[in-house]
Amino acid sequence: MIVGGIDVVTLISMLMVASTPVLLAATGELVAEKSGVLNLGVEGMMIVGAVAGFAAAVTTGSPVLGFAGGALAGAAMAALFALLTQVFLSNQTATGLALTLFGLGLSALVGKPFEGVRPPPTGKVPFGPLSDIPMLGRILFSHDWVVYLSLALVAAVWGMLKYSRAGLILRAVGENHDAAHALGYRVIAVRFAALAFGGALAGLGGAYLSLIRVPQWTEGMTAGAGWIALAIVVFASWRAGRVLIGAYLFGGITALQLQLQAAGYAIPVHLLTMAPYVLTIVVLVVLSALHRHGAQAAPAALGRSFHASN
Amino acid sequence: MTGTLLKIDGLTKAYPGVVANDGVGFSVAPGEVHALLGENGAGKSTLVKMIYGLVKPDAGTMEFRGAPYTPAEPRAARATGVAMVFQHFSLFEALNVAENVALGMENPPPMRDLAARIREISHAYGLPLDPDRLVGDLSAGERQRVEIVRCLLQDPKLLIMDEPTSVLTPQEVEILFRTLRKLSSEGTAILYISHKLEEIRALCDGATILRGGKVVGSCIPRDKTARELAEMMVGGTFAETRRGGRTPGAPVLVVKDLSLPPMSQFGPALKHVDLTLRAGEILGIGGVAGNGQEELLATLSGEVPSADETVILKGEEASHLGPNERRARGLLSAPEERLGHAAVPAMSLTENTLLTGTIRKPLTKKGFIDMGAARAFAEEIIRAFDVRTPGPHVAARALSGGNLQKYVIGREVLQAPDVLIVNQPTWGVDAAAAASIRQALIDLAARGAGVIVISQDLDELMEIADNFCALYEGRLSAPRPVEGLSLDEIGLMLGGAQGMTEAQIEIQPEALA
Amino acid sequence: MIRLIRRPTPSKFWSWTTPILAVVATMIAGGLLFALLGKPPVEAIRTIFWEPLFGDNADYFRGQLLVKAGPLILIASGLAVGFRAGIWNIGAEGQYIMGAICGAGLALAVYPAESPWLFPAMVIAGAIGGFLWGMIPALLKVWFGTNEILVSLMLVYVAQNLLAYMAFGPMKNPQGMGFPGSRNLQQYPSAFNEELIPGTGAHWGVLAALVAVIAIYVLMQRHIMGFRIRVAGEAPRAARFAGVVPARLVVFCLGLSGALAGLAGMFEVSGPSGQITDGFNAGYGFTAIIVAFLGRLHPVGILLAGLLMALTYIGGDMAQMMLNLPSAAIQVFQGMLLFFLLGFDLLTNYRVRLGGARA
Repeated sequence: MIVGGIDVVTLISMLMVASTPVLLAATGELVAEKSGVLNLGVEGMMIVGAVAGFAAAVTTGSPVLGFAGGALAGAAMAALFALLTQVFLSNQTATGLALTLFGLGLSALVGKPFEGVRPPPTGKVPFGPLSDIPMLGRILFSHDWVVYLSLALVAAVWGMLKYSRAGLILRAVGENHDAAHALGYRVIAVRFAALAFGGALAGLGGAYLSLIRVPQWTEGMTAGAGWIALAIVVFASWRAGRVLIGAYLFGGITALQLQLQAAGYAIPVHLLTMAPYVLTIVVLVVLSALHRHGAQAAPAALGRSFHASN
Repeated sequence: MTGTLLKIDGLTKAYPGVVANDGVGFSVAPGEVHALLGENGAGKSTLVKMIYGLVKPDAGTMEFRGAPYTPAEPRAARATGVAMVFQHFSLFEALNVAENVALGMENPPPMRDLAARIREISHAYGLPLDPDRLVGDLSAGERQRVEIVRCLLQDPKLLIMDEPTSVLTPQEVEILFRTLRKLSSEGTAILYISHKLEEIRALCDGATILRGGKVVGSCIPRDKTARELAEMMVGGTFAETRRGGRTPGAPVLVVKDLSLPPMSQFGPALKHVDLTLRAGEILGIGGVAGNGQEELLATLSGEVPSADETVILKGEEASHLGPNERRARGLLSAPEERLGHAAVPAMSLTENTLLTGTIRKPLTKKGFIDMGAARAFAEEIIRAFDVRTPGPHVAARALSGGNLQKYVIGREVLQAPDVLIVNQPTWGVDAAAAASIRQALIDLAARGAGVIVISQDLDELMEIADNFCALYEGRLSAPRPVEGLSLDEIGLMLGGAQGMTEAQIEIQPEALA
Repeated sequence: MIRLIRRPTPSKFWSWTTPILAVVATMIAGGLLFALLGKPPVEAIRTIFWEPLFGDNADYFRGQLLVKAGPLILIASGLAVGFRAGIWNIGAEGQYIMGAICGAGLALAVYPAESPWLFPAMVIAGAIGGFLWGMIPALLKVWFGTNEILVSLMLVYVAQNLLAYMAFGPMKNPQGMGFPGSRNLQQYPSAFNEELIPGTGAHWGVLAALVAVIAIYVLMQRHIMGFRIRVAGEAPRAARFAGVVPARLVVFCLGLSGALAGLAGMFEVSGPSGQITDGFNAGYGFTAIIVAFLGRLHPVGILLAGLLMALTYIGGDMAQMMLNLPSAAIQVFQGMLLFFLLGFDLLTNYRVRLGGARA
């Protein structure tokens, strides 16, 4: 199916791949923010995940170990953030920015020897005859395992938040940490765990960029994907299902802009590259305008420091 | 009532610079309603936090049903059979009733079963609750029910209640007392913390009185008068406020048909508020917190503008004016929240004068701050209002509640306002400071200013106000002279019985919107 | 067990000591990092902090110090005003680019006309460019309540792409033999932002930075407006009670920091850099965030922090040349500095006690 010189099936299939890094990062950040912590360091955790995942995969020759390495590195960065904000009670906004700046530098340093190297390939999941179904086969059954893992993680986070005891405690800590503390919940431990999970997913998202999406390591390769993940959490009004919509919307624009470039439209390449960022702003504006007079969905304790007074 | 349920001996807890509890000991029998009586800062909160496992004592022992009791955390306390209803800080507004209850239980049943049990138990104790409603949408009284039901579902042996009636109307207090008596008759002991003496006399079987972290006496409350209890609590006699004769003059502030949308997600809207304040008059506005008190103060102080011709200050339209323009015209105010609203916690007392004082006092020259003048003004406030502090360089958050409140009220009073609006002027303030604040407000009115006192403390309003209105769900009742007003009548006004039919008619279109 | 006890009054002593502690800790941790990279740690630290000031070629590098510190201080002093008010403009990099595009755009539009008015007009154009770019998040926040952090940051990427588009498209030098990048303004006398005193590196932008530091010091420490800005950051409700209109504050803070970042970009493109190129922006807008925090959001602190950060840039370059230290190492170094600072900040507001019962 070709519309305006663009193959729609390829577009949708590409969209799922293009969305996966931000989907992973946004899902992780959703969990962190639900616990009441705003971690602006997603970009930093992603890029460190990207380089660590790449390095681990190249060194061991195993993409799976690469993804594990990326997740671990992201979680380690998040633990650093948690230590500063939860134990040393530093300002969350400033610390998040610091994490991003630090992560960009660290990844550039670590990544130097890996520039120009090709990572071990990650194969597609063999769906057999399913992938031969016209259109649907290419859209749904032609991807690598991480794409399906990211979808499963969204579903798991959704279910955890809505139905599980752990999810309830997480939401309670994010709503009112003083009350949660008074009931005997360990606010700092819950937030540490939520942040580490968020970091692991951001790292996984970064590793997906360097191992599958691009696939190679270049300095600063996340190019704002972490920030877009943060915007998607706002767009999603802190709901897991809408994170999926937001990420795929963003991925769709990225894929479309690449397709337009490939199709040879006479739009300067730099103006096309701008599109996802402009779109993110537009979406944020539309959403905040809609929510101006309605219910605010942000966790009530988001961004506030917790210190048990006695 | 035989035997001992909880026995406490020599319990001590020190914080840097203050010994919160010093060798505290008392005991509670099964089924007994035991009062812990004391002023703000007497150490009641620390004591119950130790019993509930939130704070670990430095020394001393506790026994529960004859066995040593050392709860490491609230979970352990709950498992032993101790439950606690907090004064504030333990509900989650964005979660529903059932979720809030589940969070306070060790092993909650599945949500559907829990909802059924909440319905059942809340009806059995006369505290009906809908498990699916968001807590943020509930009234203060209903929120307290959530806390109580949460405790009851765990079948506690000892129920701790921290200042439970401060948020209730007199009618709601009656319902609560019926529930507590029923519990007590079933064998549940209740540890009841309050500084409201009449309530303690009506409800409690025994009382332990704390002052300065120490037990200073115990008694059977029914055998004492309220005044005797008060003197045990404060440790001496105290002066009554001099009311003095006042004759209200011309209207200084007129509010006409003022409505305001909610300021926050779960906040109330103001609906068609009318009031007239005369020079030399103290108008008391009573009501349970969360019925529009904050909103009323915000819109009268100028923080939130209102529609044209709704606020008339000294005969001139003022609805669109900001706080500083109103200050220039003589209207000052003191919000309820001292830290973060009336004062900046981390800034010094000197700097805090600049918050409201630059319009009526020469603290700036062409916008440039005159630190010397600001310091002098801070020192003047400290002197005139007996604020206990090492000096004006100290940060606001370092002051005790009572001292900071004296400072905040003093800052406004010393600017010689024509209209002063204060919200909860003595909330969380010790008795001596409260008395001096009330006296300052009375003196201000005697000098010809109009004063609006918004307060939950009905005794306070009866003591100082000339006229009384009730604020309920954002509506203000017509004023009634305080003289000759009975507590029952006030209760009805506070519960919104007045003008109820009118309210019901108007609620429907909003519900559809 | 370690316990934290909130200080009743924030400690003035620690507020000024923590940045120094953070620098020392960063030197130690940085030394460890360099050792890990197989470089001699003491020599590396010495190369970064000592050589540019007192080494063999110090005369040249001291001039470079002001060239680098100027934009950092100019941007950071504007950002600090907003940070104080709790308004987070983290898109200074974008505003810097837009200032450069507008300033250079004006010069390129009238090229080769010579006029003494051209440079002042470029200064204004640069400030307006940054101001307008800062107005986008400001107005979106005021009108719709959109988060200014995300919008200002997204606009960095938009500005970067716009810059690349300009360098490859409309502003490309027609005599550049096909290479991307604009004409070099250093060869256009009316538009050239020359060194005021030869050899010092002090161009008009450095002077502007000094003026900004003084003006912002007066505003924040002496004027009631600055007081209200500080209140807005500490206690937003108290600020409204004091008569602050939040919308005006947002517009003021983002406008001011945008204009100053725009100025920095304009001075850079018309001076040290000389031309609009794809990679013209060197991350000053982001490093300025570190400078603002390291200087405790105080103008005088920012002045010192800006000089220190400039030193690490130059020292980093030297270490790269002399010890073959990767250039990214210095970025890590700067990031660590901010981390240590934020961590040590605890000492300003809390007392740390060892031992004692668990609270």
